[in-house]
Amino acid sequence: MTKVVSVRDVWKHYGKIKVVRGVSFDVDEGTTTVIFGPSGAGKSTLLRCINMLHPPDRGTVFLRDIDLMKTGSKMNYYRSKFGMVFQHFNLFSHMTVLDNVMIGPRVVKKISRDQAKAIALEAIEKVRMKDWCSHYPSQLSGGQKQRVGIARALAMDPEVILLDEPTSALDPELIGEVLQTMLDLAKEKKTMICVTHEMGFAKAVASEMIFMDEGAVVETGSSEHFFTNPVNERTKRFLSRLTELYGRHETRNDIVADKK
Amino acid sequence: MLSLFDLLLSYFVFIIEGLPIALSLTAYGLSVGFLIGLPLAILRVYGGRGWRLFVSAYERVMRSVPPLVLIFLFYFGIPATMLEIPGFLAVMLALGLCSSGYQSQIFRGALESIGSGQMDAARSLGMSKLQAIRLIVAPQALRFALPSWANELATMIKDTSLAFVVGVAELMRRADYVRAATFDPVLPFLVVAAIYFVVVFPITRIAGTWGQEKKRLVTGI
Repeated sequence: MTKVVSVRDVWKHYGKIKVVRGVSFDVDEGTTTVIFGPSGAGKSTLLRCINMLHPPDRGTVFLRDIDLMKTGSKMNYYRSKFGMVFQHFNLFSHMTVLDNVMIGPRVVKKISRDQAKAIALEAIEKVRMKDWCSHYPSQLSGGQKQRVGIARALAMDPEVILLDEPTSALDPELIGEVLQTMLDLAKEKKTMICVTHEMGFAKAVASEMIFMDEGAVVETGSSEHFFTNPVNERTKRFLSRLTELYGRHETRNDIVADKK
Repeated sequence: MLSLFDLLLSYFVFIIEGLPIALSLTAYGLSVGFLIGLPLAILRVYGGRGWRLFVSAYERVMRSVPPLVLIFLFYFGIPATMLEIPGFLAVMLALGLCSSGYQSQIFRGALESIGSGQMDAARSLGMSKLQAIRLIVAPQALRFALPSWANELATMIKDTSLAFVVGVAELMRRADYVRAATFDPVLPFLVVAAIYFVVVFPITRIAGTWGQEKKRLVTGI
């Protein structure tokens, strides 16, 4: 399989605090990588380093064979190859759903209005939000907002989609519709790097899981590995905490169970 | 013998002729303040440490100096060294500079209230920082700033009365002409007070409620 993203010894600090400390991993095309770990582990920062939203202080990230740290003035262009979905949605609140999804293709790819609209509509349809095109973000539920957030990322036809705790800000009953959309993407073989604590989702689609703590990778492996015999003490403790909080991962999400 | 009503009406008719001048002073002064204040606010929020220090110093100075001092500086101070500038221009620049300090603060607050998530989302689509500010952050910030900006507009209208001191025939100057001609020290000023009230009150009122609504829409995440 071809590697799409290679993270190479990435370090990031804010002031004196080292948030990410020497993280390396590869992502194969068409796979889902799940990153999890306690808050403050540097997961979100790592995602922001990967798409050069906050370029790392040391180390680099390759997109296929391009060293993103050496892209200079084209960094914005390469950033558009990554779609990003945020915990708090970050939809543009002064724009309708359609405009939110259209603006990327329009402004960044400089595609004509009609074409951009067609692309946007396709993405919006994929997340089942077609009837909401002319609504503003403030008129949507959290789950709907997040689906629009996913559509906005999809409209740019990204090589990789980065998801930063996409369901963590949602009410429990709204998580399902977003997970469903993410499962659809995984089925379509979109390459995804997803920070999440939805272990049901991880179990269903993750080909690689990465457990992070204090800015570093503690343990990596397949989902089977993590759910059957995690090696590291820290990992075991965290996973059992998750189970305590959310119940067994098998029963967590009905839709995930359906897929299996 | 003129009735009180006729008297007031005649004062009013004379004084109101100064309204266009007062309003155009407001418009120009506010524009100068906007054209300086908005870029400064953007530089203060996104320009890094150097700009942050410079802009906050600038704001401090402009908000601490009374507009009258600036008016005198422009009107008397500049002609002494170079070209002579008319009273209207001196007042326009002085009020504009003062206002730029306040407007910079207003827009800074509005820009900061928009939250870094909007910038992150725009940049992650591949927009440059400038595109993100122009298309995503600034449009929302301007809406958010409307209520405070309406207050600034009201302040500016009232401050144009300072143009009186350098001989610009705006409302206050004309009211004083009436006082000088009639030796009536009360009624001309009551008339001019009423005019200011009628102009300023609806502005603060309408823009205020309108702004609150916009604010609600924008903050509804």
